[in-house]
Amino acid sequence: MTNIEIILTIVSLVLLIIAGFFAVLKKDLIHAVVATSVISLVLSLMFYLLQAPDVALTEAAIGIALSTIIFIITVRNTKRFEDK
Amino acid sequence: MKKVVVIGSLGVIVYYLLSAFVAIPFGADIIKGVKEFYLQKSPDDLKVANVVTSIVVNFRGFDTLGEVTVLFLASTALGSILYHRRSQHSGLNPQRTSVEASAIVQTGAKIIFPFTVILGAYIFIHGHLTPGGGFQGGAIIATGFLLMLISYRKFFIKHNALTWIEAIAGSTFVILGLFGLIYAKNHDFLENFLPAGKLNDLLSGGIIGIIYIAVGFKVGAEITGILDTLLTVKETGLDPEEN
Repeated sequence: MTNIEIILTIVSLVLLIIAGFFAVLKKDLIHAVVATSVISLVLSLMFYLLQAPDVALTEAAIGIALSTIIFIITVRNTKRFEDK
Repeated sequence: MKKVVVIGSLGVIVYYLLSAFVAIPFGADIIKGVKEFYLQKSPDDLKVANVVTSIVVNFRGFDTLGEVTVLFLASTALGSILYHRRSQHSGLNPQRTSVEASAIVQTGAKIIFPFTVILGAYIFIHGHLTPGGGFQGGAIIATGFLLMLISYRKFFIKHNALTWIEAIAGSTFVILGLFGLIYAKNHDFLENFLPAGKLNDLLSGGIIGIIYIAVGFKVGAEITGILDTLLTVKETGLDPEEN
């Protein structure tokens, strides 16, 4: 790996951890779903950096778009805010 | 009593799993032989440039058929459950649950939609040459339809057409596999029986291209059907945000 790739990998790992904390801790479930979508986005970049473009495409299409919309539909049909 | 049975059976399973894992030497390169075989045979004999696709469709074709079946079963189960709940009242007039999108979103969706579908089709047609394949291409096509579904309240999808696409694509997969039983060299299910062609040509790799086009259509139709079922109700007054 070149230097740029190592820096990008470290930055995406840090972003992954931050987005994971957001997804767990946010009380507004729509925000949590968007954080999950950010995890998928960064994970897709990680897969591309680790030379798995097939998996990156799958993660991009299914993780970012389709599972996010299914979560949003679920949140809309139930409750938006988590109980304290 | 129930807990004792559950814990006992779990203990038996864990014991056999652990005894199986102990037999594997830690850190040894146990997949060496298979890797070399796949990496050599895919470009040389089968003329497939993308080794991942070659493994997924040629060497593990039956697994791929199982994955397609799992997706089909999931979509059928979801459709049957939701359709039953929503068709209790006799409202036949479909209603989208989302509110009307703004003009910017609508215009953008209309412009992006054909390009998304073309990108998905490109990915599954070139499954044996470039990264990606039937599943990825189908999911990207479904993303394009999703964009139209959430932007336009009047954009409806005919479920009859989706059913026919799924049926034809799924049968194509199985019938190609059955042809392998008759015409291929070793008479195996899903074995390649078409000429392999030249490496890096569009018409290379034998049956991979046809199977991936079928899988792309099938996955696209299934996910679009799931999203359309989730986003549309058959009557008014079910959704709390409905005006």
